[in-house]
Amino acid sequence: MNTITISLIGMGAIGLAMALFLLIAYKKLKVHEDPRIDQIDEILPGANCGACGYPGCRHYAEAIIKENAPINLCTVGGPDVTDAIGKLLGIEAEAITPPVAVVMCQGDESVAPRRAKYHGASSCRIEHFTTNGDKFCTYGCIGLGDCVEACQFDAMYMGENGLPVIIEDKCTGCGLCAEACPRDIIEMVPRDQKLFVLCKNKDRGALARKYCKVACIACGICVKNAPEGTMEMKDNLAIILDYKPLNDPEVGNLLQEKCPTNTIVYRE
Amino acid sequence: MRLTFKGGVHPPYRKYTSENPIKEIGIPEEVIIPLSQHTGAPAKPLVDRGASVYRGTKIGELQGFISANVHSPTSGKVKRVFEWPHPVALKSLPAIIIEPDGEDTLDENIKEDADYLNASPQEIVERVKEAGIVGMGGAAFPTHVKLSPPKEKPIDTLIINGAECEPYLTADDRLMREHADEIIQGAYLILKAVGAKRGVIAIEDNKPEAIEVMERAVRDFPDFEVAVMKTKYPEGAEKQLIWALTRRQVPSGGLPMDVGALVQNVGTSRAVYHAVRYRMPLIERVTTLTGGALANPGNYLVRIGTKVEDFLKMAGGLAEEPVKAIMGGPMMGIAQYTLDVPILKGTSGVLLMTAREVELPRERDCIRCGRCVEVCPMFLYPTRMAYLIKNKRFEEAREIGVLDCIECGSCSYVCPARIPLVQYFKYAKAELRLLAQKA
Repeated sequence: MNTITISLIGMGAIGLAMALFLLIAYKKLKVHEDPRIDQIDEILPGANCGACGYPGCRHYAEAIIKENAPINLCTVGGPDVTDAIGKLLGIEAEAITPPVAVVMCQGDESVAPRRAKYHGASSCRIEHFTTNGDKFCTYGCIGLGDCVEACQFDAMYMGENGLPVIIEDKCTGCGLCAEACPRDIIEMVPRDQKLFVLCKNKDRGALARKYCKVACIACGICVKNAPEGTMEMKDNLAIILDYKPLNDPEVGNLLQEKCPTNTIVYRE
Repeated sequence: MRLTFKGGVHPPYRKYTSENPIKEIGIPEEVIIPLSQHTGAPAKPLVDRGASVYRGTKIGELQGFISANVHSPTSGKVKRVFEWPHPVALKSLPAIIIEPDGEDTLDENIKEDADYLNASPQEIVERVKEAGIVGMGGAAFPTHVKLSPPKEKPIDTLIINGAECEPYLTADDRLMREHADEIIQGAYLILKAVGAKRGVIAIEDNKPEAIEVMERAVRDFPDFEVAVMKTKYPEGAEKQLIWALTRRQVPSGGLPMDVGALVQNVGTSRAVYHAVRYRMPLIERVTTLTGGALANPGNYLVRIGTKVEDFLKMAGGLAEEPVKAIMGGPMMGIAQYTLDVPILKGTSGVLLMTAREVELPRERDCIRCGRCVEVCPMFLYPTRMAYLIKNKRFEEAREIGVLDCIECGSCSYVCPARIPLVQYFKYAKAELRLLAQKA
């Protein structure tokens, strides 16, 4: 009986002392943080994808408050998130429309033959950097799906033809897939762009034609037919300089039709 | 006890062709001379379509400090300068394509120097540079660069590498047996060029005939001796060889010259002899053509630029369907995607393997057995590095030494889980190069 009483009192006293200590520590050592950081963190999607240029959502929230970072950098949340943060902070910013990922290669198995059987580690980056890929075209899609693995929003899958497919409605424009691709085949483009040169091959025309049926052969027909200053030839590859004039259905369809290898595609 | 290093493996050697004397293969119908056959900047083409060239004519000029000249291996006409499949880059790179005329006329500028043994060090380096000689053991590093060490790093020991530790390959073995006098004279010229005091000819003890012949050849050259090495892979790797012979350790990221050593392959040594004595550029080499798929495996004197396809045909063709073609040895060589690729200055062997010889394993999980750690001749921690690389932690992999990996393949060879370790390391090196470029 006595033992129990003593221990109860003793434990109670120690508990009280500890609680007092914690209370003092809580009051004295409290770090004052702007409550808005927590609020912004709540608003942000929490995907920690890094598209804004900060390591994660929390870092971005801190940057908005402490470094006056622009509030429209979150492409994942889009206009809604920008509005909500704007309302909270009492500032207005033009919401940016996030870009969308586009796979700039049409070289599936039927048009771009493989040159060997690859038996190494299953990763595009590893295959590219150690063997230059198993396709004759050394600029085209390798097809092991590093991009799909990088996507955090289930916005991609590997199609049956061995090329990645992007579900545009789900794509948040974060750019993780583009970063994962060792050959820079995935590009982040404005959502309203309609005309695309779906090739990255920089080989000379004769070689490109041999390696892939839908490769850009650098014939230059598109550059001749496009409005001046909108397209050019660089390193044996057609490049779009200004996409807006090319969105015109008449121009777009003409360029698509004129391209002898069907590399140029106009998507309404 | 034989001289050796710590670590390493004992793969089946399969040196089927060590009793086949070197045979001259002749001139193919088309010759492909890539402008980049060496480590460093590609050569600049000196000829264009339609130009007449002769055996030994310089057709590509070195550009920059680390680069090498290229020469026409026979007489004929330049067809075109165009991209051609390259066995090391594994893509098409610019090459000079020559149609031989079959006459094999020698370029008139190539003349013998009877007093070659008295050539000055500068003259030796100059002739080696002019002849476009590169390391013929496989890495193809321009030899004249190795022969011009900075003053503050004097070289005292020259090692002539006749270890030939790669399985299957026998080209260096045959070269030593048949041309010992030329190798030792070339070695003497190299010794003179760098001012080394001692020369060692390193040979693994599975080549007793070569050891005997070389021992006879060094009698006239008091600076030289033959060192008999234990047969173990990778005995012929530069850093391992230096350690085995001198007990000096090349520092991480350093070169043999940092410890006063210079290593040259026996083939390179012979090429130096031809360059200094006859002013003959490097236009042919001895290459082992072997593997289960061949009708007549053997050691052939082949012109640089001969397509593997033509090489095969001229050597008697195939007995069986190959499933894998490798340029170099089976441990470090590079698997090819086409037989159109040409023989380069650094091609020590061509392997055509049948399905029976090739295993296509599936990667499994590491079982933590530690065998890779045991065999690594660079004392690295392969399984840990592979784990970090798989998780894209390249910086940490660099910290534990992935850049020191010599890519010998010993770890991949012993791994019971069949993890392609060296592939991960080569990949990490590429990623680290990219990171360094960005920074």
